[in-house]
Amino acid sequence: MDLFLQQTFAGLAFGGIYALVALAVVMIYQATDHLNFAQGEMAMFSTYIAYTLLHHGIPYWWVFLLAMAISFVGGVLVERIVVRPVEGTGVLNEVIVFIGLLVIFNSMAGWIWDYTIKPFPSPFPKHVPFGITFIGPHDFGVIGVTLVVLAAVFLFFRFTPVGLAMRAAAQNPASARLVGIRVGWMLALGWGLAAAIGAVAGMMVAPIVFLEPNMMGGILLYGFAGALLGGISNPVGAVIGGFIVGVLENLVGTYVPFIGSELKLSVALVLIVAVLVFRPSGLFGYVVVKRV
Amino acid sequence: MAADAKTVTRELAALASGAKLSRLQLAGLAVALLGAIALPWLITDYRTFQFTLAISYAIAVLGLNILTGYNGQFSLGHGAFYAIGAYTAAIMMEQWGIAYYWTIPAAGAVCLVAGFLFGLPALRLEGLYLALATFALAVATPQLLKYDPISPWTGGVQGVTIIKPDAPFGLPISQDAWLYYFSLMVMVVVFVCAWNLLRGRTGRALKAIRDNPIAASAMGVNTSLYKSLTFGVSALYTGVAGALGAIAIQFVAPDTFNFFLSVTFLVGVVIGGLASIPGAVFGGLVIVFIPNVAEQVSKAAPWAIYGVFLILFMYFMPTGIWGFIRLLYARFTRRRRAG
Repeated sequence: MDLFLQQTFAGLAFGGIYALVALAVVMIYQATDHLNFAQGEMAMFSTYIAYTLLHHGIPYWWVFLLAMAISFVGGVLVERIVVRPVEGTGVLNEVIVFIGLLVIFNSMAGWIWDYTIKPFPSPFPKHVPFGITFIGPHDFGVIGVTLVVLAAVFLFFRFTPVGLAMRAAAQNPASARLVGIRVGWMLALGWGLAAAIGAVAGMMVAPIVFLEPNMMGGILLYGFAGALLGGISNPVGAVIGGFIVGVLENLVGTYVPFIGSELKLSVALVLIVAVLVFRPSGLFGYVVVKRV
Repeated sequence: MAADAKTVTRELAALASGAKLSRLQLAGLAVALLGAIALPWLITDYRTFQFTLAISYAIAVLGLNILTGYNGQFSLGHGAFYAIGAYTAAIMMEQWGIAYYWTIPAAGAVCLVAGFLFGLPALRLEGLYLALATFALAVATPQLLKYDPISPWTGGVQGVTIIKPDAPFGLPISQDAWLYYFSLMVMVVVFVCAWNLLRGRTGRALKAIRDNPIAASAMGVNTSLYKSLTFGVSALYTGVAGALGAIAIQFVAPDTFNFFLSVTFLVGVVIGGLASIPGAVFGGLVIVFIPNVAEQVSKAAPWAIYGVFLILFMYFMPTGIWGFIRLLYARFTRRRRAG
């Protein structure tokens, strides 16, 4: 029972990270129908920026906010400069540009900070409060930070005019433009937000998997799996999907002997293919009806 | 007279659609082939080995191009089929002692089946989702190859080492040169097959599915069969390429078949030219020789260049190098005719 609890909560911590990645992915998907394959590498790059800031002696939580802000600006710039020219030119072009971005971020990180594995500090206290024993301090903190970020995103979209405008631009670009919303900029803001959320995911996962240019590959895959499982058209569903995938991954790895930790990524592969084949709209998504 | 005009129109149409080769194209092909045959006599063994690798990559790029360029299906996971081909060759040669030339059709057959099976669920996935599923395949491949219960065959993390074959019939050429010629022969065969496959009815069906699947099925094209078969054939090409690559490198290991290998093929397709057969050769050459030059700057430089190329080609030269050559040729001849 202890093992079960421990694994479940460790899974929840990872699930939180996947949920953040899934949320970032869905945020761009909803607005533009793009799956941003570079999301993971952008998060990794943000984490490296945070690493550099930390080495300049800035306190952790300032770095945390600064990295988010820098990533936000970076995300907006990437959308404006790189993605915009291929907007609406077909899936092939868009995916190729995303793969190009992925490769560029990956190699730039290797170029600037080289490929050696670096430790990344955890900001959380050494002991879990309330005398809880079945969860590590970092995992506990990750779950907390995830929930705070999710709440902030929800409040932003629900209660601010910019959030409302962004939702309008995503849902019905033509009408949104008619009421004076600058749809193009809303997309750029979406990219910025996604990059900032990704930065949080990167900073949360780096103490566990260590910082290196390829650290986000598997995590992005789980993020996609979570987003799909929960329903890629539904941010709340994607977040729940992320948590489910995290827990599932840990429990399957612990209790199904022939999978273990060796085949964890294949679990994501099977999950993705299964969801796409049997229920493409995910658990909480709505079915998109296409007119032919 | 009327019959004459009809045959002439038909000939012209065949030329225009690429179903027949013009005299110029035939001449170009002959020159390229002669150059390729002369090559090992002009350069060192190491360079020859690199060209052998380029041939292997060119075949893989062609495989991906059949799928992506001609049929409009996305794959970010062709590295997995390359790995299956490579491992098939390695296991057959190392464990069962089978001659290297038998491994090529075997790798192709295994990959045909694997590709067809992966293509079946992929039928339900369009564009983006197919990209996602194949992305997952590519990321999971190294782990699958390391999987413990199959390590007696695959050698686990260590991989498998292969012995380089000697030139047959006592030919007075080095192993590298022989392997180059062997790969060249395979390449000529599979390229001719691809050309034959794509120039007629099948090729038209594939392009129709790419351009408008609904119209294609309304015209009687069995879209699901064609799509999954294309996946299989595309995997076959990539598997043959994998087997050639494994024999050339003499070594297979799980971590070389990572996600970035699949991206490499995509780079080859985009730079060489989408939906073009000769483009695949340029793709293969670029994949091998850009890192060679760029790695002198930094370990990360080749990939930075790949990434920049991917984006710039999409902006400015979406038809790739081959498209650019055709464009230049068209400009040149038009001007000459006008003047």
